[in-house]
Amino acid sequence: MSATARGAVMAKPPVLRITPPSRWWAIPFGELWAYRELLYFFVWRDIKIRYKQTAIGAAWAVLQPFLTMLVFSLFFGKLAHISSGGLPYPIFYYSALLPWMYFASALQNATNTIVENQRLVTKVYFPRLALPLSSVLSGLVDFGVSFLMFIAMMIYYGIRPSAAALWLPVFLLMAILTALGVGLWLAALNAIYRDVRYVLPFLVQFWMFASPVVYSSSLVPAKWRWLYGLNPMAGVIEGFRWSLTGHGDPPGRMFLASAGVVLAILLGGVGYFQKMETTVADVV
Amino acid sequence: MSEAVIHVEGLGKRYRVGERERYLALRDVLARAVTAPFRRNGQRRTRDYLWALRDVSFDVRQGEVVGLIGRNGAGKTTLLKILSRITRPTEGFAEIHGRVGSLLEVGTGFHPELTGRENVYLSGAILGMSRREIGQKYDAIVDFAGVERFIDTPLKHFSTGMQMRLAFAVAAHLEPEILLVDEVLAVGDLEFQKKCLGKMQEVSQSGRTIVFVSHQMNQIRRLCERVLWIDAGQIRQSGSTGEVIAAYESSQVGAAAESRGKCFLRWEVPGHGNVIRQLADEVVFRLELQLTEPVSKGHLGVNIVNGDSVLLIGWGFENVEIPAGRQELMVRVPFLPLRPGAYTLLCTLFNNGNNLNDGEAIEHWIAVPPLIVDTRPMTHAQDRWAGLLNIPAELQVPSTDTVRTSVAGS
Repeated sequence: MSATARGAVMAKPPVLRITPPSRWWAIPFGELWAYRELLYFFVWRDIKIRYKQTAIGAAWAVLQPFLTMLVFSLFFGKLAHISSGGLPYPIFYYSALLPWMYFASALQNATNTIVENQRLVTKVYFPRLALPLSSVLSGLVDFGVSFLMFIAMMIYYGIRPSAAALWLPVFLLMAILTALGVGLWLAALNAIYRDVRYVLPFLVQFWMFASPVVYSSSLVPAKWRWLYGLNPMAGVIEGFRWSLTGHGDPPGRMFLASAGVVLAILLGGVGYFQKMETTVADVV
Repeated sequence: MSEAVIHVEGLGKRYRVGERERYLALRDVLARAVTAPFRRNGQRRTRDYLWALRDVSFDVRQGEVVGLIGRNGAGKTTLLKILSRITRPTEGFAEIHGRVGSLLEVGTGFHPELTGRENVYLSGAILGMSRREIGQKYDAIVDFAGVERFIDTPLKHFSTGMQMRLAFAVAAHLEPEILLVDEVLAVGDLEFQKKCLGKMQEVSQSGRTIVFVSHQMNQIRRLCERVLWIDAGQIRQSGSTGEVIAAYESSQVGAAAESRGKCFLRWEVPGHGNVIRQLADEVVFRLELQLTEPVSKGHLGVNIVNGDSVLLIGWGFENVEIPAGRQELMVRVPFLPLRPGAYTLLCTLFNNGNNLNDGEAIEHWIAVPPLIVDTRPMTHAQDRWAGLLNIPAELQVPSTDTVRTSVAGS
């Protein structure tokens, strides 16, 4: 008996208590950290398989925003004469499409992540948050590739970035958190109601027109700008344009409103996702 | 005595009926809301919920290998899923001391587009191994699976067997303190199954704790010292492997008894139907057949096999003459010292010769209900050393004038 007691003191194994789900939740930072290698593998897997068996591979990451930019420049710019505030149309549109395309695909991937990985979810334990988190993070690779294209365009048009470019990581982080926050809600809903899958394309489309992608937010009267900022992507996209090209206004009330909304969506999303997490293996 | 590494108390899991099989569409929720007022009250509560597991309590000690047996849908997998944290219990709790690895499926996380090598890393990480750990074991894993040549081609080009082997190889190199395994050894060819079973034995001998679900009783017998029989969400019996398996098999047989068998056939042990209760009971197999033409110079083969299809004993009768019409045959066996359990009787009847010299096979059938042997076990108390027969033995030490019998409990 004393021998085992001593053994227990020397190498006390962690005790795990499995209980019915409680009504409280917390962000499982510790657990996510413990599973960081799995997170890394999920991201790695997503990147590896994204362009498998495509002829031009990662070139799609550039082609998609580039072709969209051409179409927008032609129709909204040359034909509809939407004001770009003096910027060349390609720069005006591409600087907005960078965060938007990232956001749209990250949101789409995050929404489908639980359903697509249902085999995993029903067969093995890991913090479920790792799934939407990894799909949001793996989209950053495409973002990076398409950003290189933007640098080339800046050089072509001879536009020199100002110190405002240092703000870029802040806006990027906000885009990530927005995609994650909304993605958590939709992923959880999608696990229970498959209708989400059909709603999502419309949502993304409407959302784009509700964001300053094809137009500048200067179209919105200044006193309503903060209200417009309740759409977090408005703050993100306007911020991208401003920090990269100097067009528009530095972050102000609109940005603060966006940041507040993102935080609320994210916290709510984590809570809802956690609540769903306790039953998801029974439902998907 | 070592400490309990798994402690389960009053565990229960309730499912909403229907929830488990399919997801909901919003349409269903709306439809339900619309029809709700028209449904009879009170009916709902009892019908919509199902306890997959109820009031389950047990302990597993350090280094024990425990088998979980029971019919499909009895709750075995639900129990494993709760212990491996895939789903949460509705009531009660479980305490686990140590790192848990669970293996509910072979090939969890495999992706067909990735190469074998990439899948080893991915699947390893998903099962809870660190990147370094996988790196160290990588060669052993590939070697165990025997797929070196293909390891850098996408998994979708692997044969199913190769995929299974690779998947199990990854899982087999998982080294948690507690391993939860669900019916995964049922895959692959016989030789690979043997290899897997050997690996599991190796793991159990290294002092790790294993909880193992299987429908194959030979696997349970080989691996487990103790068995929990789960029936309708509750523990029906818990105890030594041989004892619980025998009880389980007897009950199984009763359940399937009516449905099979072409020729009517009946076991008869004087006074007990198809059950042998005393070692010395004479057994009479009474066969009833309907013959359209007479059998001459025929052959009747009678074999007894156990639940793992191992042939225990067989008899052959040559130059059998049976007239046409409804006939009764009786095969008398003075005693049948088989271990407690359920056995199957296989019969074959040939006309004009036997199976070797072009006899005409008339009928081949399986006895229903099977033979139940319910005698007192008199062999080794540890299942894996007890063998297939049940015959008493005694040990004498003449110098001390003592006699010990092998009968358990005396």
